[in-house]
Amino acid sequence: MEKFTQHTGVGVPLRRSNVDTDQIIPAVFLKRVTRTGFEDALFSAWRNDPAFVLNQDAYRAGSVLVAGADFGTGSSREHAVWALKDYGFRVVLSPRFADIFRGNAGKQGLVAATVSAEDVELIWKILETRPGTEVTVDLVARTATCDDVVVSIGIDDYTRWRLMEGLDDIGLTLQHAQDITEFEARREAWRPTTLPAKHLPPQPVEPARPVPLTLGATRTR
Amino acid sequence: MAGTLAEKVWQAHVVRRGEDGAPDILYIDLHLVHEVTSPQAFEGLRLAGRKVRRPDLTIATEDHNTPTLDIDLPIADATSRTQIETLRANAAEFGVRIHSLGDADQGIVHQVGPQLGLTMPGLTVVCGDSHTSTHGAFGALAFGIGTSEVEHVLATQTLPLTPFKTMAITVEGELPAGATSKDIILAIIAKIGTGGGQGYVLEYRGDAIRALSMEARMTVCNMSIEAGARAGMIAPDETTFAYLKGRPHAPEGGDWDAAVEYWRTLRSDDDATYDAEVVLQAKDIEPYVTWGTNPGQGLPLSASVPVPEEIADEATRLAAERAIEYMGLTPGQPLRDITVDTVFIGSCTNGRIEDLRSVAKVVRGRRKADSVRVLVVPASARVRLQAEAEGLDRIFLDFGAEWRNAGCSMCLGMNPDQLAPGERAASTSNRNFEGRQGKGGRTHLVSPLVAAATAIRGTLSSLADLDLPAGTTVDGSPLAPLDPHLTVQV
Ligand code: SF4
Repeated sequence: MEKFTQHTGVGVPLRRSNVDTDQIIPAVFLKRVTRTGFEDALFSAWRNDPAFVLNQDAYRAGSVLVAGADFGTGSSREHAVWALKDYGFRVVLSPRFADIFRGNAGKQGLVAATVSAEDVELIWKILETRPGTEVTVDLVARTATCDDVVVSIGIDDYTRWRLMEGLDDIGLTLQHAQDITEFEARREAWRPTTLPAKHLPPQPVEPARPVPLTLGATRTR
Repeated sequence: MAGTLAEKVWQAHVVRRGEDGAPDILYIDLHLVHEVTSPQAFEGLRLAGRKVRRPDLTIATEDHNTPTLDIDLPIADATSRTQIETLRANAAEFGVRIHSLGDADQGIVHQVGPQLGLTMPGLTVVCGDSHTSTHGAFGALAFGIGTSEVEHVLATQTLPLTPFKTMAITVEGELPAGATSKDIILAIIAKIGTGGGQGYVLEYRGDAIRALSMEARMTVCNMSIEAGARAGMIAPDETTFAYLKGRPHAPEGGDWDAAVEYWRTLRSDDDATYDAEVVLQAKDIEPYVTWGTNPGQGLPLSASVPVPEEIADEATRLAAERAIEYMGLTPGQPLRDITVDTVFIGSCTNGRIEDLRSVAKVVRGRRKADSVRVLVVPASARVRLQAEAEGLDRIFLDFGAEWRNAGCSMCLGMNPDQLAPGERAASTSNRNFEGRQGKGGRTHLVSPLVAAATAIRGTLSSLADLDLPAGTTVDGSPLAPLDPHLTVQV
C-alpha cells in the first residue's frame, strides 16, 4: 500500500446522501474475477445520465469525492472500494460513513474521512461554483483545504497511522513475520500438511449415468 | 485457568497477543479454497508481489459452479467457466494443490477436508465460505472468512482476530426414532433464532450429541452459521478418532499417539464458564421442516403453517406474513399437506455417504411420486464412487431419481441445477432464503429421511407416514442384500 500523507486533486461534489454500495457498484459486476478494472462499474447506473457529475469534463479527473451523509451503506462488498480506487479516487469525504465501508476503505488505502455537514455544504458550493477546483487533504494536519476554506477532517488514529505508514493488514501482520516463523517452528508434527498430496487408491471418475432430462431441460440457464 | 474447548484451541494458535485493543494474530492450520471467493485474493497477492506463504497448508477444490451433468464437456456457463479456469490457473501459479472436476477428491470443500483426513481436532480451519463451521464437528475451530481475509491467510497463514464469545448448547437424552441430527440443528435454530448465535462459537454437548456419528455431527456444526454463529464445535472423542484413523492425511505411528493424547485434552473443563447456555431435550425433537424463508422459521412436521395474527411480536409477525406470501402457503395449513415439485438430496449439510445410505434404505424397492423430480447429488466424487460401489445409485435410479455428479448443485443454484419461479422443493441443504435455489424458488429445509418420505408421497412427509418396510423392487422381485462392506473409504 502506498503511503498517504497529503493529496491534492480535483474535488467532485456528489450531492447525495445514503449512497449505498449497490449504487457505488451494482451486483452484476461482482461476477468478475479480477480486483482491478472496476472503473467503468463505479456509479454505473448514474453514469448513464449526462448530467451526472462525473460526466462533466471539469470533474472527470476528480480524485477527492465529497458526498452526503451515510456513504457506503448496504452490502459489505469490497468491490465498492476497489471501484472508487480504480476510477482514481484517493479520498472520500462525508459527514458519516457506514462502518463496513470505512473498514474496507482503510484496508485498501482509500482515505474515508468525516467532515461536518456544514463544511461539506461549504465545499460543495465552492466546487460547484468553480468546477475543477482542487482539494488538498492532509492527514498529518487532519485538514481538507478547498480554495481559501480549511476544514478539519475526522479519522481514527489507528487508521490514520496505517495510511501514513502505507500499511495494509497484510503488511502489518508481516511486521511480525519473525513471530510467525517462530510459531511455525513450534508446531507439532501431527498437524497435517496438504503437500505432498496423499490419496486413497486412485479411482477413475466417469460422469454419473446419463439421466433423461425430462424436467431439467427447461431449467438450464 | 479453566477453559472451554474453543478457548483452548484459540490459545494454542496465538502467534502474538494483541496489545491495546489490537486483535490477536492467530495461526491458521488449514486453508480451504474454492473458485468463488478466491480469485480477487490471488489477484491481490499478484498485485502486491506476494507469494502463498504455506501452499502445504492450503488446498483447493471446485464445487460451487461445477455442473452435475456432462462433466466431461466444457462448462457451458461463461461466468462459471471463468471462475473455475481462474482457480486452476491460480493454483498452478502459486503451487496450491487442487482437486478439479473429474478427480476423485473433487467435491464440496467441506466434504473434501474431512474425507482426506485433513480436518482434525485442535486445528484452526478457514475457508472463504460461511459453512466452514462444518469442520468444527472434529473439535477444530473452523469459520468462514471474506475475500481480503482469504488473501491475508494466503500471504501470512495467520489472521488478526478478536476472541469470540462462547455458548454451550446441550442436547440431553436420546433422540426418538425418525429424528436425525438435521432435526436437532433445525430445532436449535428455531429456538435461538437466526441471530441467536451472533458473535459466539457454539459448543454442542450432551448425550444426544455424543451419540451422533461423525457425519451427523458435521450436519449439526454445518448449520451453526444459520444461527448467526461464527463457528460450531464438538469435543473430539472415540467416534472422532475412529473416523480419522487410516485416512490419507491422518497422523501415523508415533504422531498418531501424540495427537490422540493431545486431542483427549480438547474438552471444556468442568468448571469452565460460557457466555451463554442453552439446553434442549432430545426426546422433544421430531422431524422438522422449515415453512418460511430463513432457517429459523421451522416447525415439527406435525405442526401447521403459523397464523400471523396470532404472533404477538410485530417484527416476527411481519416477517411471517412476508415469508408465507413468498412461499405461497396458507396460514394454518398443516405442513403435511404441502405438495412439493422437487426433492433435492445433497449439499455440505446432507450429501455424505451416510445420508445417501439412509435415503436408499427408505426408497429401496419403491417408486417416487410421479409429480416429483428427485435429484441426488453426492457431496464429493468419492462419495459418489462409494455409493456406486454399494449399489445405491441403482436404488436411486430404480426409484426414479436423477443420479448426479458431485458439487454444491441446487444448494445455491450457481450451476444449471435451479428451481423455476414458484417451484417448491424439499431440500436437505441449509438455506431457504428467497431465490437461493433459483429465482422465485421455494425451499423447505428437511432431513434426508423426510426428503425420502416426501419423494415417495409427493407431500412433506416423515417415515411415520410410510407403510414400512418395503421389501421388493418395483417389478416385484426380491431385493438383493446391500453390500455392507466398504470398498472405498469416504
Ligand atoms: S453445498 Fe451449499 S452451503 Fe455448502 S459450500 Fe456449497 S453452496 Fe455453500
